[in-house]
Amino acid sequence: MSIVLEGVGKDVGGETHLDGISMALENGSLNVLLGATLAGKTSLMRLMAGLDAPTRGRILVDGVDVTGQPVQRRNVAMVYQQFINYPSMTVYENIASPLRVSGRGAEVDAKVRRAAALLKLEPYLTRKPLELSGGQQQRTAIARALVKDAGLVLLDEPLANLDYKLREELREELPRIFAESGAVFVYATTEPSEALLLGGSTATLHQGRVTQFGPTPEVYRRPQDLVTAQVFSDPPLNVVSARKAAGQVTLEGGAPIPAAGVFASAPDGDYAVGFRAHHLSLEPAGERPIALPATVSVVEITGSESYVHLEAGQNRFVALVPGVRRLDPGSLLTVYLEPRRLYLFDRAGRAVAADVALAA
Amino acid sequence: MRGGRAIILLYLLFLMLPIYWLINMSFKTNTEITSVMTLWPHTLTFDNYKKIFTDPSWYNGYINSLKYVILNTILSVGFALPAAYAFSRYRFLGDKHLFFWLLSNRMAPPAVFALPFFNLYSAIGLFDTPWAVALAHCLFNVPLAVWILEGFMSGVPREIDETAAIDGYSFPRFFLKIFTPLIASGIGVAAFFCFMFSWVELLLARTLTSVNAKPIAATMTRTVSAAGMDWGVLAAAGVLTLIPGALVIWFVRNYIAKGFALGRV
Repeated sequence: MSIVLEGVGKDVGGETHLDGISMALENGSLNVLLGATLAGKTSLMRLMAGLDAPTRGRILVDGVDVTGQPVQRRNVAMVYQQFINYPSMTVYENIASPLRVSGRGAEVDAKVRRAAALLKLEPYLTRKPLELSGGQQQRTAIARALVKDAGLVLLDEPLANLDYKLREELREELPRIFAESGAVFVYATTEPSEALLLGGSTATLHQGRVTQFGPTPEVYRRPQDLVTAQVFSDPPLNVVSARKAAGQVTLEGGAPIPAAGVFASAPDGDYAVGFRAHHLSLEPAGERPIALPATVSVVEITGSESYVHLEAGQNRFVALVPGVRRLDPGSLLTVYLEPRRLYLFDRAGRAVAADVALAA
Repeated sequence: MRGGRAIILLYLLFLMLPIYWLINMSFKTNTEITSVMTLWPHTLTFDNYKKIFTDPSWYNGYINSLKYVILNTILSVGFALPAAYAFSRYRFLGDKHLFFWLLSNRMAPPAVFALPFFNLYSAIGLFDTPWAVALAHCLFNVPLAVWILEGFMSGVPREIDETAAIDGYSFPRFFLKIFTPLIASGIGVAAFFCFMFSWVELLLARTLTSVNAKPIAATMTRTVSAAGMDWGVLAAAGVLTLIPGALVIWFVRNYIAKGFALGRV
């Protein structure tokens, strides 16, 4: 099944929640919706599922317009962030329920047992969902989505309420579990790292609009605009303004340097320069690094890496540096940027230049 | 601690004393009741109960009462279920005002409605039938049931409704197979309160009936004046009136606790 959105928008009570969304999701593809909370991920999924009708635009499934069709008549499955099961039924009946409703009686048992085996739920089939742990409850919900053989599988932050270990485990399994079904797979998440781990294609959402949709590494390496780069960046993208004039570039707070790297081909003018936290280093590295003076505000040590929060004039930067760094808050230091590992955006936020191979 | 226990014992004593006295009286003869004060029946008699169970003017009172109470409970919960679902799931123009207005129906004294009901039911031939009382009691039981059920329904995540729709359940099938079991305790609590309020309500029940549908409470009050002071029979009737309520309480006691926990009862 393939699904096409054409200029889809949704207004709720005079407020625009989604607007101008056009995307085509291919048969058997894995699509990630990446965006902050309230960016519109859930609203978009509800439109895809048919739980809500769009205010504008059309939704086509296999070329057929299904815009006004109720959800019961669509072949979709959905897993919510909260663990949603039928509390009064056993795990077995929960998984079996979509099959029972559609009257596929004969294969119910075999299908339920296969899904349960795949999701390691076999020992719990006779229990009620609320007697299980959070991870097992979510596995039950996933099994119910799986058993239906739906053409469109929507997963709305399915792992957000799970603890770290379970999340890692399920994240690896999920694409594999659904891969053979040939369904269109849509996965909403707030975490850029999750999108990168899942692969497939990513649509970045910001304030109800899809800012970019394409293969995940491509969107990550070559964001079309500042917003996309910001959405697809954790820790947050560092941004500093810059001016190019007469072959010289001046970053805010820094000294003029010869225009090299991404600056070489850009015309004169004002720019916003974006760079990821792991490209900001505390020692000069690479070719002709740009030096900026900064003040340490906080250092967070995760174990093998340190997040160094810095203030440089008006700007706040985060540097992700390897090893444990003990820096006193308030101490002055110089940070370095490689001119090739930067994103250059014009004043409207559109990407001007980036060295694709190295900017990631 | 000992002081606390004594206070609780004293409290329970005062609480149970009238009920004990009623039961005590129901097993006494009229002579014993009126002549001396005895803490337990010295001449034990079952005649009072025998009279109630054999005299149709007495036992019909119970049958009539049960008829309209059960009718009313079914009607109230039946009407309240879809209404409460609407209030809990949909936003519509004036929904909050309507919800409050429903509740405000409980604030009016039933006496206000006695006259219009009497006149209306006489005109359409409902007077002196169980339906008259059952429908009249809906006036305050439907809002109550809506209020209780709405609380329970709002405790069920909306996503369950949606998941069922995605799974392919039609709305009626979802409501019966998935939703109803989830709010079973709410239905139990709502039914209990409808039963109780309808069972104890006297004014409307007495006004809207005369002979054929006369409820037990009316029978009791009318007998006092008609048959002189038959204390023993009255006490026995009182004891029997307590029984249905006690039985229903016994069955829904766990649900009631849950209802209190949900903050709606």
